[in-house]
Amino acid sequence: MLIRLFSLIFLVLSFAAPSFAQNDPKPLIDALAKADFGEAEKLIGQLAATGDARVVPALNAFSEGDLYFRKSDNLVFIGKAAGSGYELIDPVTGVSVGQAAKNAVTKIKINNSLRRVIRSAMGGLTLMSPDRGVRLQAADAVLRSPSAENLELLETAIAKETDREVKARMEEARAVSLLSSDRSIDEKRAAIQTIKNYGGRNAIGILMGASAALDPSLKGDVDAAIASIESGQRLWDMAQNVWYGLSLGSVLLLAAIGLAITFGVMGIINMAHGEMVMLGAYSTFVVQQVIRENAPGLFDWSLAIALPVAFLVTGAVGLVIERGVIRFLYGRPLETLLATWGVSLILQQTIRSIFGPTNQEVGNPSWMSGSFPVGGMTITWNRLWIIAFSLSIFVALLVVMKKSSFGLNMRAVTQNRRMASSMGIRTPWVDAFTFALGSGIAGIAGVALSQIDNVSPNLGQSYIIDSFMVVVFGGVGNLWGTLVGALSLGVLNKFLEPSVGAVLGKILVLVLIILFIQKRPRGLFALKGRAVDA
Amino acid sequence: MTFKSKLGGALLAAVMSATALQGAFAADDTIKIGVLHSLSGTMAISETTLKDVMLMLVEEQNKKGGVLGKKLEAVVVDPASDWPLFAEKARQLISKDKVAAVFGCWTSSSRKSVLPVFEELNSILFYPVQYEGEESSRNIFYTGAAPNQQAIPAVDYLAKEEGVKRWVLAGTDYVYPQTTNKILKAYLMSKGVAESDIMVNYTPFGHSDWQTIVSDIKKFGSAGKKTAVVSTINGDANVPFYKELGNQGIKAEDIPVVAFSVGEEELAGLDTKPLVGHLAAWNYFQSVDADVNAEFIKEWHAFTKNDKRVTNDPMEAAYIGFNAWVKAVEAAGTTNTDAVLDSIIGVSVPNLSGGTSTVMPNHHITKPVLIGEIQADGQFDIVQETAPVVGDEWSDYLPDSKNLISDWRKPMSCGNFNVASGKCGGKGS
Repeated sequence: MLIRLFSLIFLVLSFAAPSFAQNDPKPLIDALAKADFGEAEKLIGQLAATGDARVVPALNAFSEGDLYFRKSDNLVFIGKAAGSGYELIDPVTGVSVGQAAKNAVTKIKINNSLRRVIRSAMGGLTLMSPDRGVRLQAADAVLRSPSAENLELLETAIAKETDREVKARMEEARAVSLLSSDRSIDEKRAAIQTIKNYGGRNAIGILMGASAALDPSLKGDVDAAIASIESGQRLWDMAQNVWYGLSLGSVLLLAAIGLAITFGVMGIINMAHGEMVMLGAYSTFVVQQVIRENAPGLFDWSLAIALPVAFLVTGAVGLVIERGVIRFLYGRPLETLLATWGVSLILQQTIRSIFGPTNQEVGNPSWMSGSFPVGGMTITWNRLWIIAFSLSIFVALLVVMKKSSFGLNMRAVTQNRRMASSMGIRTPWVDAFTFALGSGIAGIAGVALSQIDNVSPNLGQSYIIDSFMVVVFGGVGNLWGTLVGALSLGVLNKFLEPSVGAVLGKILVLVLIILFIQKRPRGLFALKGRAVDA
Repeated sequence: MTFKSKLGGALLAAVMSATALQGAFAADDTIKIGVLHSLSGTMAISETTLKDVMLMLVEEQNKKGGVLGKKLEAVVVDPASDWPLFAEKARQLISKDKVAAVFGCWTSSSRKSVLPVFEELNSILFYPVQYEGEESSRNIFYTGAAPNQQAIPAVDYLAKEEGVKRWVLAGTDYVYPQTTNKILKAYLMSKGVAESDIMVNYTPFGHSDWQTIVSDIKKFGSAGKKTAVVSTINGDANVPFYKELGNQGIKAEDIPVVAFSVGEEELAGLDTKPLVGHLAAWNYFQSVDADVNAEFIKEWHAFTKNDKRVTNDPMEAAYIGFNAWVKAVEAAGTTNTDAVLDSIIGVSVPNLSGGTSTVMPNHHITKPVLIGEIQADGQFDIVQETAPVVGDEWSDYLPDSKNLISDWRKPMSCGNFNVASGKCGGKGS
């Protein structure tokens, strides 16, 4: 077998040398069928050396794990899942050659080091692609796994390149590749400058990695470049920390804002609050499940559809809890605490019985995945959306409380129940709907939290302590307090975390809050007036 | 009034069903075994599956005629993820239900909580989860991986195949990650890794905001040396961790993560496309290509009536433990604890990766170590399989335990024999 393989490689190589384009890369690709990781690496190198753009789809499929060989004749194909089997596509011509059952083909194994080799090879092969996006990707690929072999290719590509952004990326890639080549010291010195101007964490990594193998006379240049990048990076790191803090704060805000109504405004110690968040997340799961089965095209809209569903579901559950349990317990906080805690256990176990104890997969729509760079920091889309989302919920809630007649009734009842009642407000219903509103908001928060956390029956438990912490810290009964409280706790946490670690950071925050509450028992923004004492 | 009477009714029903579950007086022709896994609380996510596996194994065994001509009967209790309750329930299983052996526990805390109960009442526990080692009890069999059956081969793989030179040891803040990381750090440093190339990071249980830590890992990884993360992050915290990795664009080709607590079950709640190539080390993967595994998966799907349910490593450990017990009981001809403890050592049973596992005198078992890469479908592609490894209870890399061995055969019968002093009884329990 091995002999056959090697003779095959030899055969192909001897042909490949004089003219690339004439050759059929198919035998090389077919040799992948029986190659182990080491042999496959060599084969990829040879495929790349053909310089033939026709091998790109096969390499691409290989790195994605879509390359299969047929057991009957050991021929290699690109496999696409179709029905219960695979549709086999010729790796060179791209023509479909028909279906194959699952057990008639075997997937060709790939590991991380092969993926790296392929990435670098692909970069070299696609540098001249007519498509601007592909060229940019190719330059990125070479940048991430530089090798001196790509250097000449890069220089040819740079000479031909007209697009400014792609050209700049290629220049960077060239500089990085140049460091590991045998070019002159002056050229390397210039390359270090280029990398320095490129900046960012990656540049430091590249320079530190390359410095060991460089000529000793360049060491000063490398150190200077690293120092200069690091000083520029320091401010960005600070900004990044603030951003992380705001983003953690927005999650706290989301979790707490429903509680700010049920606990803050109504004074109910609602231990089932976390479970409302959990129900919201499960509503998202159910909505996505229905969409996946019936209208996959709508998937990117699933969160928008889940929002009203989650609000109504959790609002209704909240209404039932208020009517069924809490209304009998007004004025008895200790019993409310125990009863709502019991309710939370019942809800958890119900969900566990229906959906099972394991995590459910809630997908991220495409617009919530990935990240983009802003200067020297990275911003992930999901965090950006969650910040925007929690702020808009906050504003919406503020408008409801201050501008709508329901909000007016709500405030009237909480400020002076008997007076409101004698003005003709049906206080029991206002109570019920206020609690439903708080629960519904918690449900909406669950939709957002399903994007960053586990959707499991325990989801709520991890947020309940944090929520109470935020509301108590911010000042009971004050929405603005909740906002400021959440964001400042988030930022404080994120500034403590890098220096003392996540575990100690969390403890320190709790200790600080306890000390703060000693000083200001009513929180940051205490409500003034008789309402508080009533 | 109506509300109260309803509540009373529900309570009454709950009490009745509870007594029905526990109080079923078995006839003499059954052998009872205990199943001690949390069915509620935080650990239910992992442990409920093991309860189902045990019920399936008991059912299969009864179809084959039971043990010693008697039917098996599983007594299921719910310790509710509450460590002291584990000890209470274990006591109840042994003294009240008179079970012949108990299969259960997941976290090390729960095992440590029941250990004195099993030693005091002289019963047998089969513990099916990978753990930190540094323990050997006469009454416990550890069918999950010890650190040398999971962590050390995984690190070796990364160093050899991926050329990793810089290591992030990230874990949840409790006994398993801390001990494992201590062993790994000592091991790496014995292999010549500088201390500045090792970053150790702990997070609280259920940590969900990974932004800072992931960006720290990125920073640590941009020092020009190939970096990898060795993750002992537990349970639920993994999903947000991997999501953050995916979102911040850390690919397996750049900084691979090898996890010891992430299996098929954990990945089931996750979109694994951004995670392709990250690794896990176990002694079993569902994707193992062996007839016995295909048969097991088929039975599991039939038993759960759900052909999407995945199988995982602790399930295999439960399978091995159960079959070893059955074989030992049949060899001893009785379920008497002392007789079974004698007959089980040296028992070999098939494991699910196509080989056999043997119960060793130190109450650990032999099994191969598999390294798998995460695939887009939530399964693992096995990239390396070692020969069977004997579980090492006392790590050779920790100063406190490197001279200790455990051998429960007579006449030694010692869980912590110090080879330097020649005496039984050293550090540790």
